[in-house]
Amino acid sequence: MVTTDAMNVAPPDGGTAPQASTARLVADPLDGRRVAVTGGTAGLGLALVRELSRRGARVAFVARARAGVERVVQELAGVRGIVGDVSKKEDIYPIALQVLGALGGLDILINNASTLGPGRLELLSDTQCEDFEQALATNVLGPFRLTRALLGALAASAREDRGSVVVNISSDAAFTPYARWGAYAASKAALHHMTRIWDEELKSEGVQFLSLDPGDMDTELHRTALPDDDPSLLKRPETAAREIADVIAGAMLRSSDPAQALATAIEQ
Amino acid sequence: MTPAAAPSRLSRRAKLLVVRASGRIEHWPRSALPDLLRPTDLLIANDAATLPASLFGTHLPTGCAIEVRLAGRDSLDANRVDDFMAFVFGGGDFRVRTEDRPKPPALRTGDRLALGPLRATVVRVLDHPRFIELRIDGPAARIWEGFARHGKPVQYSHIREPLALWDVWTALAGPPVAFEAPSAGFALSWKMLASLAARGIRLATLTHAAGLSSTGDPALDAQLPLDEAYRIPLSTAQAVRDGKARSGRVVAIGTTVVRALEHAASVDCTVPAGERLATQTLGAGSRLRVVDALVSGTHEVGSSHHELLRAFVGEPTLERMDQELESHGYRTHEFGDSILVETSRTRHAAPCSARSPAVRAPAGSILTA
Repeated sequence: MVTTDAMNVAPPDGGTAPQASTARLVADPLDGRRVAVTGGTAGLGLALVRELSRRGARVAFVARARAGVERVVQELAGVRGIVGDVSKKEDIYPIALQVLGALGGLDILINNASTLGPGRLELLSDTQCEDFEQALATNVLGPFRLTRALLGALAASAREDRGSVVVNISSDAAFTPYARWGAYAASKAALHHMTRIWDEELKSEGVQFLSLDPGDMDTELHRTALPDDDPSLLKRPETAAREIADVIAGAMLRSSDPAQALATAIEQ
Repeated sequence: MTPAAAPSRLSRRAKLLVVRASGRIEHWPRSALPDLLRPTDLLIANDAATLPASLFGTHLPTGCAIEVRLAGRDSLDANRVDDFMAFVFGGGDFRVRTEDRPKPPALRTGDRLALGPLRATVVRVLDHPRFIELRIDGPAARIWEGFARHGKPVQYSHIREPLALWDVWTALAGPPVAFEAPSAGFALSWKMLASLAARGIRLATLTHAAGLSSTGDPALDAQLPLDEAYRIPLSTAQAVRDGKARSGRVVAIGTTVVRALEHAASVDCTVPAGERLATQTLGAGSRLRVVDALVSGTHEVGSSHHELLRAFVGEPTLERMDQELESHGYRTHEFGDSILVETSRTRHAAPCSARSPAVRAPAGSILTA
């Protein structure tokens, strides 16, 4: 399944996104899940780390600055912080090793880390090649490499009936040609299409890929892009995080066999 | 045999030597594997990711340069990564053949080692001056970061360029618990997995902490393989039960999978889920209780991997296989060509009966004659 619409809109596949309240009547499907989040010290990523750990998931997150990583680890007991830059090829396997070292395996990967590319929005014709490369490195190649490195662990979760989901954070800029969003929008369009192809190719392995657009949020990235926007009119990252967590919970319910998952939990 | 000198796991030219249960030997491209198996076969692979288990550093009491190669531990627990068995080398690196490497300084209990950002203590010297138990300082998160930033994959002089972690993780790599790559798994690309699935062949995995294949010292090599921890998931235990119930074969991808499954089955011939420590060695005289065929690399005569093949086939067949590998230019070592060995029916005749009383014996002891 690949969802494209903003999270406040029903997904296009017939509204299969679950109501969180229904899911919680049984047990939160996120409880005990092993989740990795990139870009976990600010904006949507930090909100996701908080939301997922509140709902009982075992979370490892990645961010570039050690000080930020340590701050979040201090705040949330039991969460594992990893210092690394997903845009750097040499950092990917060290990140993957530490994710698997922290969690012992992986059920859910959220590729959230994102960059605008240029420091601020530019016409495509004024965009420096290096800035475009940076957007592609962070927003496309990073998720590609990290997913590849962690695919064995994700496929194992699917085989063991725990369910397995990769979420790539998309944007409406991936679909609408907004002027001055060139590098970012092109990278998000590539990420979205890559997600669809992964999903097609790995259906048989039981690994689901979701491309989710959180909507316009009050984050540092948005402030950099559009400093004049009224933050009170923007979605709070906490709201988007809750919506994304609900969609993931629904996907986990669909892909895992609850009886088997319980038996596996008991075995472990 | 010629060593494969570079990572080439997706090599389209990779070859596969097949030893049929009848003893007949065939030569195929490795890509033909799905067609050589049966739709009722259950493939079981080792999904361990490989640790960067080579840690360069200094023996602090003497200031001498050393290389520590982590070699074993008694658990798969990701949060207990402080205590390891390890082999220690003196100066130099993988470019020098292990047997020619300088010895480390004399190691004593309590000696402190600086291994990049990590610090460790020699807990005790085991039964060889280069074989130690060591304890690494710090909480698990810091140890993992130290491995990630400073550790290198263990490698040998037949590979010319330094290996990166991506060279030694198989497509299925998950829990990072192997000390050396479970290299039979390099044969399984995602394309190969899709072809197998299209033929109806099932795949299951277990996690086995594959140990080092060589130490450069005959006395130490004779102790290999060390005890290795493994975990069999419930879904894999179930798949084995289902497969056996419909008289399908179990095909192990790699010698580590044989060791894990046969260890698990050593009590009563069934394969229970759970985590255990494989302590037995397999060779001539071992009775295979679960595994019907093995996909593996090509192994040097005398290595523990080669000895394990004797559990599948008799000496004359093994000799013919080695001659064919040599005369047909198969490449050896972890990135080389592959073999598929079906165990001969007579050797495998009903080792367990479902109705026979369970054999109870200490794990491991009944597998080696």
